[in-house]
Amino acid sequence: MKKTRLEPLKKCPTGIRGLDEITDGGLPRGRPTLICGAAGCGKTLLAMEFITRGITQFNEPGVFMAFEENAEELAVNVASLGMDVKELIRQKKLAIDYVHIERSEIEETGEYDLEGLFVRLGNMIESVGAKRVVLDTVEALFAGLPNEAILRAELRRLFRWLKAKKVTAIITGEKGDNQLTRHGLEEYVSDCVIFLDHRVTNQVATRRLRVIKYRGSQHGTNEYPTLIDENGLSVLPISSLGLTYPVSSTRISTGIPRLDTMFGGKGYYRGTSVLVSGTAGSGKTSLAAAFSNGICRKGEKCLYLSFEESPDQIVRNMGSIGFDLGKWVKKGRMKFRSVRPTLYGLETHLVSIHKLVEDFQPNAVVVDPVTNLDIIGDTDEIKAMMTRIIDFLKNKQITTVFTSLTSGGSTSEQSEVGISSLMDTWILLRNVETDGERNRLLYILKSRGMAHSNQVREFILSDDGIRLQNVYVGPGTVLTGSARLVQEAKDHSQEISDHQTSERRHLELRQQQMVLDAQIAALKAQSEVIHREMKQFTANGRQKTNMLRQQKEELSRIRKSD
Amino acid sequence: MKTKKKERSSKSRHKPVKKIWELRLYVAGQTAKSITAFNNLKKICEEHLAGQYSIEIIDLCKRPQLARGDQIVAVPTLVRNLPVPVRKIIGDLSNTERVLVGLDLRERSFAV
Repeated sequence: MKKTRLEPLKKCPTGIRGLDEITDGGLPRGRPTLICGAAGCGKTLLAMEFITRGITQFNEPGVFMAFEENAEELAVNVASLGMDVKELIRQKKLAIDYVHIERSEIEETGEYDLEGLFVRLGNMIESVGAKRVVLDTVEALFAGLPNEAILRAELRRLFRWLKAKKVTAIITGEKGDNQLTRHGLEEYVSDCVIFLDHRVTNQVATRRLRVIKYRGSQHGTNEYPTLIDENGLSVLPISSLGLTYPVSSTRISTGIPRLDTMFGGKGYYRGTSVLVSGTAGSGKTSLAAAFSNGICRKGEKCLYLSFEESPDQIVRNMGSIGFDLGKWVKKGRMKFRSVRPTLYGLETHLVSIHKLVEDFQPNAVVVDPVTNLDIIGDTDEIKAMMTRIIDFLKNKQITTVFTSLTSGGSTSEQSEVGISSLMDTWILLRNVETDGERNRLLYILKSRGMAHSNQVREFILSDDGIRLQNVYVGPGTVLTGSARLVQEAKDHSQEISDHQTSERRHLELRQQQMVLDAQIAALKAQSEVIHREMKQFTANGRQKTNMLRQQKEELSRIRKSD
Repeated sequence: MKTKKKERSSKSRHKPVKKIWELRLYVAGQTAKSITAFNNLKKICEEHLAGQYSIEIIDLCKRPQLARGDQIVAVPTLVRNLPVPVRKIIGDLSNTERVLVGLDLRERSFAV
């Protein structure tokens, strides 16, 4: 048996980046959609993009009925966004009509209806075979025509009529005080309502888009950051990412051999986020530059987002420590984007980073410094933004280095924007001031998933790059810089003098020994003499006795004694 | 029906300077409203502008492209092309007083 299934609502893709994702495929086909928002939020642009993209991408001709600008003005206004309205009109795929009612010219007497508007619209729809219609903004009629009762009845009829014509329509409406539109259009157009917002916080404006309702379809309900640039409008459904990004166990060099050694000899994991924090002048940018230099040297691509310095300045400064980043820029492996954070809001930054990454497809991204963003948002907002950036980049397996400025007063283990928990690796740079000089220290505070060195290293910027040096670890002290050198020299001279002392002592003892030896020899000689003398003496004695005896014998012989 | 209907009265009033009132009535089909509007207009013109006016009736159902030129939104709309400035009166012209004001005839009718 066949099961009859209700066909789901058909969608009409807008072709606008991101909007189709949020609306799960586009606007409701054959129904009117209300786009509302305050002045300058991009209603007309969105509507025009819907029409032009409909023609160029989906081959669906469109009709644009403008109540505020004439065709010429419209064409000029959107030309800067890459839409060639005149060409589309020439190809008979687009029709623009400017409906203008001058209140002062009009007198009202008795019954009337808006059939004239219907006729014009109907005529245009037929002339190009339109599938898409925009009325921008139909509320202008309220200013031109005094009889609101008739107008409301006619608008209701208009929207029914549009549905009957099976065109997908966008109706724009100015935001009202306590309602979505000033004249309550949402009463009539209730299939899909999209709200555009252009909010200013801390003097920085951010565009946002929200789908308030969408009958018969699921849709994203958040406020999504929106960007208007030379390619028109883009919406970024970036808050929708989950923690499901792929992980890689391949490693990527830090750009400094000795630092690689500290990370188990191989460097960071690919696709992780690295935080380099430190006080002013502790070498954060240099470390980041070393990383990007290393990336480019391997033939990969690096995107460098600077919120503080211009590209030229970074290239020059890093040239002074032996990193020729300009070379990589020329080869197209490195791309700089330097903007002040205050240029636009957090969300817009986020969106533009997204776009850049999508366009450039880098292997690594450097954000320098992330803490500068705190001018334009509070900690929570920045944390939310960072989460989204990190999720997005991790999803793309892009290794990211964030530098973070720690202000002098606070503890260095606390990053300013509260993002440390989002980071996989955290390198801490510190300035140590002793004996009238300042030295840089580096150590790894954490590095998820790998054995890493627990040692503090001295971080030295030299003409030919960055060197890491062991610090002097003596009894009870850690010394760096010239203090380390002094201590080392001191140790050395101590060693020499110790050596000399012992040598002298050795000589002395030897001398003493020799003296003693000499004395021993003398005594021995003396004793020999005595010995000989004794022998002599004994021999003499015996001789004497013999002689005496002989003399006695002689005497007795002479005396002839018997 | 031919949508152009020109009526011109040869009878002139005692006004030495002649002015031509070029009027256009936009309607959408033969609806009750458009017929009422036409009859009302005819009556007012005969009363106040005898011999100095021409009325062109444009049926937008037949010639929709003409709606753009005069910026027609509502029907019926009466457009005074001459004398300048252009004036528009929307509705079935049932309120004579307001039609006269709209056509700048109010003061004039007193003066005549």
